[in-house]
Amino acid sequence: MRAVIALPFLWLAVFFLLPFVLVLAIAFGINAPDSAPPVELGWNLGNFKLLFTDDLYVAAWLSSLRIAATSMLAALLLGYPMAYAIVRARPERRPILLMLVVLPFWTSFLIRVYAWMGLLAENGILNQVLRWSGLDAHPGTILGTEWAVHLGIVYGYLPFMVLPLYATLEKLDWSLLEAAADLGATPIERFLTVTLPLSRPGIVAGCLMVFIPAVGEFVIPDLLGGTGTLMIGKVLWDEFFTNADWPIASAVAICLLVLLVGPIALFQRQQAKSLERP
Amino acid sequence: MAGRARFAFTVLCFAYAFLYLPIALVIVYSFNASRLVTVWAGFSLHWWQALLHNEAMLSAAWLSLRIALVSATLSALLGLAAGYVLARVGRFPGRTLFGSLVIAPMVMPEVVMGISMLLLFVGSQQVLGGPDRGFLTIVVAHTTFSLSFVAIVIQARLADFDRSLEEAAMDLGATPWSTFRTITLPLIAPAIGSGWLLAFTLSLDDLIMTQFVAGAATQTLPMRVYSSVRLGVDPQINVLATLIVAVAAAALAVSARLTRRR
Repeated sequence: MRAVIALPFLWLAVFFLLPFVLVLAIAFGINAPDSAPPVELGWNLGNFKLLFTDDLYVAAWLSSLRIAATSMLAALLLGYPMAYAIVRARPERRPILLMLVVLPFWTSFLIRVYAWMGLLAENGILNQVLRWSGLDAHPGTILGTEWAVHLGIVYGYLPFMVLPLYATLEKLDWSLLEAAADLGATPIERFLTVTLPLSRPGIVAGCLMVFIPAVGEFVIPDLLGGTGTLMIGKVLWDEFFTNADWPIASAVAICLLVLLVGPIALFQRQQAKSLERP
Repeated sequence: MAGRARFAFTVLCFAYAFLYLPIALVIVYSFNASRLVTVWAGFSLHWWQALLHNEAMLSAAWLSLRIALVSATLSALLGLAAGYVLARVGRFPGRTLFGSLVIAPMVMPEVVMGISMLLLFVGSQQVLGGPDRGFLTIVVAHTTFSLSFVAIVIQARLADFDRSLEEAAMDLGATPWSTFRTITLPLIAPAIGSGWLLAFTLSLDDLIMTQFVAGAATQTLPMRVYSSVRLGVDPQINVLATLIVAVAAAALAVSARLTRRR
């Protein structure tokens, strides 16, 4: 039994926990382009100072949080009615409806983002339809804007929103709604006072599963956002791969981690609670 | 009631159109004769032939498949152990930390995990002289985040069925190991299967962590796809997408059958 605990514990300690110590150490280092690896260890607070004073970084932090938050809300507004409709569907239809939500997740994330490139480009399918149908002769281009990034995040992470919502709504005791109706509550009152409060665990879990990865998202802003969209995941990537500045990239990673520690802890509590309930 | 049913139907139609229209268009345009992915110039298998003769893409796909096989198997084993511990072992020193470590990789931004993994491998190269970056480091990186997903699947399955069967076996004198082998394992075998498939898919699709830990000489399939689509839309990628969707649909059907058969 000890080995069963020790094996995954050790693996995660060595390959997940220990690396963060290294990131922290490098984040205080100095960029040394001529040595390999390009870092000089030290006690240098300059990297962190830069992250909070440089306009570019501050803008990237703020727009990452804003884009992740609005995309999360959009995913909730689309995902909630979807999960609700699946729960209310006939029992024999539910597995296939759920499977259709999960299927895109099993295909490639990269390819699903790519699909939107062809749709949203200047000469893309959407604009061609708009021109051909006469709705808009000179449509603007969505690709390369923040709109495209929002769309990509909602599209990419929708399954993560729908599944926890479905799991919560499925366990909902519908007789409570009938009781509320018998007592004279209107449909909107029933939704606001019974359904919505009871589906809170699903809402919290779904929102966190969209928000947390979206803040650090790289592929979507890179492929759909163009040069105009600043997001912190892309900044980290560029500092590392383009500028080969490991200390700054590490400092960005540490700040991202500190920023997300609260939401991640909340997610873990929610997850533990939902699994311990019989 | 009819109004509500119509509302649900409309919501689902809209949502599934949103989910599937982009994928459907990618598939349709893989049969396009034109190089321009946005202009339809008639039906053609040209890009299918081009992809099948694209050596660089094929060797990248083969490498990705091998990495996915190894890392999915490792993740299944480690995830099984972790999920079992979370569901069945109540108290041991460090249990809270253990729980956090298992769940955190699921939501951790990939750029953060990528850079931290790379620094670990660079550090071990400095101190221990290895391993070289490539197949092995990618497998380790993929296993580290996939094992969380497997553990959650296993834990959920174990939480689902009641423990009295296991307790009965133990009361009748079975050792913990033989109880696990004869009672628990057969019951959760479908969950292990779908956990393995999930880990396999995650590995096959991973770009960000791979890019960090791959080293200069190694190119996996997502790395190739990424460097190609960065330059714009490419019909060969549409063909690849069509193949991936077909395989994913088949895998999901198999996995659904596995889980349904109890």
